[in-house]
Amino acid sequence: MDAQVGDPGLTGNARSDERPIAIEARALVKRFDRTTAVDGVDLSVPQGSVYGILGPNGAGKTTTLRMLLGIIEPDSGYRRILGAERPHDVAHAIGYLPEERGLYPSMKATDAIAFLGALRGLPLQEGRRRAGELLERHGLGYAADRQIRQLSKGMAQQVQILGTIVHRPRLVIFDEPFSGLDALNQGKLEAMMRGLAAEGTTVIFSTHVIAHAERLCDEVAIIAGGRVPFAGPVDEARDRIPAQVRLETRAQDGAWRSALPPDARRDGRFWHFTLPEGGIEPLLRALIAGEAGILSLSIERAGLHDAFVAIAGEAAARALKDEKPEEPHR
Amino acid sequence: MTSDSPIAAHRGRLSMLAAAWVVARRDFTAILFSRTFFFFLLGPLFPVIVGVLAGSVGNRVAESGAGPSIAVVMQEGDARAMVQARDALADRLGEGLPRLVVAADEASATRGGAAAVLSGSPAAPVLSGPSAQIEGWSGDVAMIAAQAREDSLRSWPRVRLEPKGDARPTDRRSRLKTAQGAQTLLFLLTMMLAGMVLSNLVEEKGNKIIEVLAAAIPMESVFFGKLFAMLGVSLVGIAVWAAVGAPVLMAASATLPLPEPAVGWPMLVGLGVVYFAMAYLLLGSVFLSIGSLANTVREVQTLSMPVTMMQLMLFFFATYAMTQPGSPVEILAAVLPFSSPFAMLARAAQEPALLPHVAALAWQTLWVFLLVKGGATLFRKRAMKSGPQGGGRPWWRRARA
Repeated sequence: MDAQVGDPGLTGNARSDERPIAIEARALVKRFDRTTAVDGVDLSVPQGSVYGILGPNGAGKTTTLRMLLGIIEPDSGYRRILGAERPHDVAHAIGYLPEERGLYPSMKATDAIAFLGALRGLPLQEGRRRAGELLERHGLGYAADRQIRQLSKGMAQQVQILGTIVHRPRLVIFDEPFSGLDALNQGKLEAMMRGLAAEGTTVIFSTHVIAHAERLCDEVAIIAGGRVPFAGPVDEARDRIPAQVRLETRAQDGAWRSALPPDARRDGRFWHFTLPEGGIEPLLRALIAGEAGILSLSIERAGLHDAFVAIAGEAAARALKDEKPEEPHR
Repeated sequence: MTSDSPIAAHRGRLSMLAAAWVVARRDFTAILFSRTFFFFLLGPLFPVIVGVLAGSVGNRVAESGAGPSIAVVMQEGDARAMVQARDALADRLGEGLPRLVVAADEASATRGGAAAVLSGSPAAPVLSGPSAQIEGWSGDVAMIAAQAREDSLRSWPRVRLEPKGDARPTDRRSRLKTAQGAQTLLFLLTMMLAGMVLSNLVEEKGNKIIEVLAAAIPMESVFFGKLFAMLGVSLVGIAVWAAVGAPVLMAASATLPLPEPAVGWPMLVGLGVVYFAMAYLLLGSVFLSIGSLANTVREVQTLSMPVTMMQLMLFFFATYAMTQPGSPVEILAAVLPFSSPFAMLARAAQEPALLPHVAALAWQTLWVFLLVKGGATLFRKRAMKSGPQGGGRPWWRRARA
């Protein structure tokens, strides 16, 4: 995302510290045998936000989510979910889509959704009624009476996603929700996640695809090697890298060049350099005074990928890159 | 996809039992309405068919050889006439008639292994022996006596029955047979049915639905739900088998009379059902825990052998303890949770007191809870490791490494 001169840049993703916290975790640690899978994770997820947990496979995303959900217990640390210290106490208000999708193959789509709701306290009859409505609304009405084994993988996944929200949870946690979905359904899922957040539901999802996090998230936690080197608003992550300035001048040389920062490098008519700590205004004044003839000037903010590299390190970024690309199923 | 309004009525959290009920209901209906359940019901038919075939072969052998016989202790002429009459009738009616052997006196008849003794005369026969057997034979004996007396079947004499050798209801030793029968039946049913629990969580692990369950409800509820579903399926199976096999059982009870148990038949049957449930839940909770750590059906199959051996050892221990009523061994068998249902059912056949059963059931229930809790904890620790693969290597391989 580029921000032109004068663009405050901080739009849309601004953190709202006044919002109550849906999930709070402090110093969560989990070890398996001799491996420390999660090593002191801190998270603070505001209610009604879309929150991404970004990291390569093996970084500790799934373990962190499992600890938050009470599937496994942390070895040490503290967590509070929707005000409860024991996640199962608020299970009725949580929806969860695990990374490894799973439904009973012999169940009909309607029954599968109703069963997932029943696990969260939704009466079976009401679950069946809502399942029918959801399937119709999402264009899967024709599959309502089909067994899961008769559906394609993508359709079964959509059924499970609907089962995740059938009980109308206040917090939805998706673990790698986009894998296995085609481009069209990835778009639909993104829209659904935005819609949930707009209605006040807190949405957390893990992903190793930066583009999804960048498009959807108010805040992210970057996780690598079981640690969270950054957690906060997406813009704050991007601000960890100084913005890059691109300057185009009419004059090729002159006294004004001494005003450019030391890292400035020339590329044809353009100059590239890091935004000075003192801001752009002193430089602009110097350029005007030196008659550089400014043709254009833009401040390019770092993308989330660059921020990820800067925060998590090259190794984590390489791991993220080396992973099987998440091509939508076509 | 668009969101379904999330700001709506929320229900409270499910209690552990309510959550277990959700799992149990799903499992129970899934199994009951599957095609495989029909084959499950047919399961005992195969040993029954084999038994019937073997029985018919055995009957033929028995017919041609020595079977249960009645010793005739009458005057020489009467005795001979009775034997001749029986043989003459057998030529016409077949070998269904009891065999008659002449004996000098009652003592030599008992030594010879006769099932009953026929004394008196063809005009006034007296049949003595176990009541169930002599009642069954009284008609045959009357017919034989009529044939011996008049060489015709027009007028049958009245046979006086003298029951002898029946178990006295207060004799604990005589009830050993009942105790043994009840215990064997309990063992057979438990062995046949509890093993099914071993593979119960493999489906969930294979389908990856286990994580959804574990996130929504406590693992204890998953375990309890699965255990009770399988128990329900087993009880349905037993009810069907009992209904189908009732005539066979009735016939068998006539030919193999068992002494009345100390607590009475209705109470013994009731306790049998309850102890079956407890034995099933106790063994099932262990099997479920072991099976839950397996990742594939093959691993479950590998585990089934030691599990069967464990069941056999428990049965032998309980059987041994039953023969020593009141001894420390019997008390130990009643206290050890896994042998307790077997030992206590045998005790019900031998002792009339009911209070120990209340205590034993409370004790066994406590152990079911402890075992389920332990199994669920182990499962969470071992099977729900990070990553999509879940378990990774099985625990016994990890332990070996």
